[in-house]
Amino acid sequence: MSDGAIIVLTGALAAVACALPGCWLVLRGMSLLGDAISHAVLPGIVLAFFVSGSVASLPVLIGAGAMGLFTVFLIETLHRTRRVKEDASIAVVFPALFAIGVLLIAQYTHGQKDLDQDCVLYGEIAFAPLRTLALGGFQVARPTLVLGVVALANLLFVLLLYKELKISTFDSALAATVGLAPALVHYLLMGIVSITTVASFESIGAILVVAFLIVPPAAAHLLTHRISRMLPLACFLGAGSAAAGYAVASAVDASIAGCMAGAMGVVFLFAWVFAPRDGLLSRLLSLRTMRERVIGALLVERLLRAPAPLPRLAEGLAWAPQRLARTLALLRARGFVEGPDAQLRPTHEGIAFARSVAE
Amino acid sequence: MTAWGDPTLRTVLLGAGLLGLLSGALGCFAVLRRQSLLGDALAHASLPGVCLAFLAGSALGIDPKHPLLLLAGALATAWIGMLLILGIARTTRLKQDAAIGIVLSVLFGIGIALLTYILKNVGGANRAGLDKFLFGQAASLLPRDLQVMAVLGLVVFATLFLLFKQFQVLSFDPAYAASLGMPVRRLEVLLTSLLVIAVVVGLQTVGVVLMAAMIVTPAAAARQWTDRLGRMVLLAGLLGAAAGVLGATISSLRSRLPTGPVVVLCATAILGVSLLFAPRRGLLWAALRRARNRRRVRVENLLKDLWRLGEGDGSFDAVRALSDLRAVRGAGRPDVVRAWRDGLVRLEGTGVRLTAEGAERAGRVVRNHRLWELYLSRRLDLPDDHLHRDAEEMEHALDHEVWEEIDAALGRPRADPHGRPIPRGSPL
Repeated sequence: MSDGAIIVLTGALAAVACALPGCWLVLRGMSLLGDAISHAVLPGIVLAFFVSGSVASLPVLIGAGAMGLFTVFLIETLHRTRRVKEDASIAVVFPALFAIGVLLIAQYTHGQKDLDQDCVLYGEIAFAPLRTLALGGFQVARPTLVLGVVALANLLFVLLLYKELKISTFDSALAATVGLAPALVHYLLMGIVSITTVASFESIGAILVVAFLIVPPAAAHLLTHRISRMLPLACFLGAGSAAAGYAVASAVDASIAGCMAGAMGVVFLFAWVFAPRDGLLSRLLSLRTMRERVIGALLVERLLRAPAPLPRLAEGLAWAPQRLARTLALLRARGFVEGPDAQLRPTHEGIAFARSVAE
Repeated sequence: MTAWGDPTLRTVLLGAGLLGLLSGALGCFAVLRRQSLLGDALAHASLPGVCLAFLAGSALGIDPKHPLLLLAGALATAWIGMLLILGIARTTRLKQDAAIGIVLSVLFGIGIALLTYILKNVGGANRAGLDKFLFGQAASLLPRDLQVMAVLGLVVFATLFLLFKQFQVLSFDPAYAASLGMPVRRLEVLLTSLLVIAVVVGLQTVGVVLMAAMIVTPAAAARQWTDRLGRMVLLAGLLGAAAGVLGATISSLRSRLPTGPVVVLCATAILGVSLLFAPRRGLLWAALRRARNRRRVRVENLLKDLWRLGEGDGSFDAVRALSDLRAVRGAGRPDVVRAWRDGLVRLEGTGVRLTAEGAERAGRVVRNHRLWELYLSRRLDLPDDHLHRDAEEMEHALDHEVWEEIDAALGRPRADPHGRPIPRGSPL
């Protein structure tokens, strides 16, 4: 495999590993808890690095997972004292823990290539092909292997606990009633997010991992209303962005992980504007809300009863001119009325539409 | 002072103090409006702006690290970030937290890409120091940076002073502000713009990654000491400045101590002290109050046991063995000592006896218990077997006047619903 292919594969695996728990973060309104965890595991990573001499070994994964849970616990405890509100608790706790991590790195890992300040910020995915590991006679890129295992574990987690995650996300009271222990699911998810952050750390850093966690799931959320489609779609969008980001980064010689995050932003922007049902464009072009439908139907009916040129039509209606113009434009775009402003008349489709709304 | 004599260090300390003052004061509004993490997003979003400004400066041949140029860039992208957050939250099914997370991480990613591009591809000694915007390096502050910061600080404080009333109403009750005819939208945008300025002022000292803490932590600390917004804003400014000066000093004492993390940890320490020791709201005082209250309840239960035994055989000043007292059987022996120290019981051999004062107090607790049972039974029509548990708690609560009122309202009754007498005055 070429170095480029290994890098793209590593980025795509990181995107998949992150998107699987990330979808649930987005749906549960806990995106910023993911942000907090990804920062706060840093001191855990550094301490475990001192012990084991590597940033991607099993003890580091477990230690940092525990650190992530501790962070969530700390935020909740601070919030529960009722002295600090929830959002402020998050904003107080994670910078403090992150600051400790940065200071430890600045003081004690000077000159170490595996763990320096740049690595914290954006990792170095370009080193993935160099960090090899002998496995059954083959040389395997270690970060790629670690991320592959974590992505697989996350997939298992989502598949095995699909029902539990779904119910506790949308109706935590129901989950508690049928004995699904929403608190346990919550902490399990937080643990998974922590471990995934750590696994991605040496490739994409502690901050850009937030983009991998949140952005592809958010884009997928805009494109579909079903979780069963949102999960694979988020993985696909994330992996695609990783590949596109690598292409851009090699072309301009900039941080690969940074470009991957930027590509995810572009994908999100596309979903925001062009999503088939909820996108800005389709909203602009559709008689979607009840209010728009009723107003449109009223206008069609009025034209049917008393065909009139546009200025006279406006007289009898106490609508703002913009609303009249906008509604008319929508009706024209859908083919519900036709003719120039002076001779507007409803089409058959328009009459059918007005009847359907009236019923 | 020698530190003051050193012009470099003086610049650093003034810069860090000014930053703390600004972000602390403005942070109060962000915290009250539950927008603590907006500052984080704005800080991250300003990174691409800084880089773009640097690139533009290099291309145009002007000093690419002039603070005003970098500031303009940071303001521009932080602004775009804010508009994107508002737009996403308003036009999609995503909640505000997701919007903040998306904008923060994507713009930061683009910023990182630009920064690495500059470090690899743009020549000149000037590019060095640009990466200090990430974690902050107060030592890199120049006198001209300080001048810009001071002017901006003045603008921020003048605005804050002039529009304090409006911002106050906006923070506590935006709907009310709108009903007063205030231009709510424009005020919100103005307040957020001030926050952007504070963030940008902090970039060089604390860095984009940790600015969130400089906005939220001093404000959260100040909140513990006062309930009034005016004082909270002043205090948060002072605490922020203290954290800034202290952090910058510590960071200058040793090599390889980036200023941002040290300043943030100082602010966190200040918050910790405030949470524990602030008068009234302090967690330490609250814990002490709770412990004292629990002790009082245990002593009163001890007295109540003595009273019940007295009721049983009619002699309220008999000596009772400790083993006969329910309240002592657990871990209650220290409570006996406490009751003795307060002059409520006398120790006689291995037993205890009520003093006159103790008997009066015991009578009062028993009276409270039985009055409450009667009150629940008569006024709320609760069945007799539902009264005791509630009364066990109420007998220790409420003050003297309230019990007098309950007593009077029930017509100074003689017996509780179970037919037991309601004691009045001491039997001794």
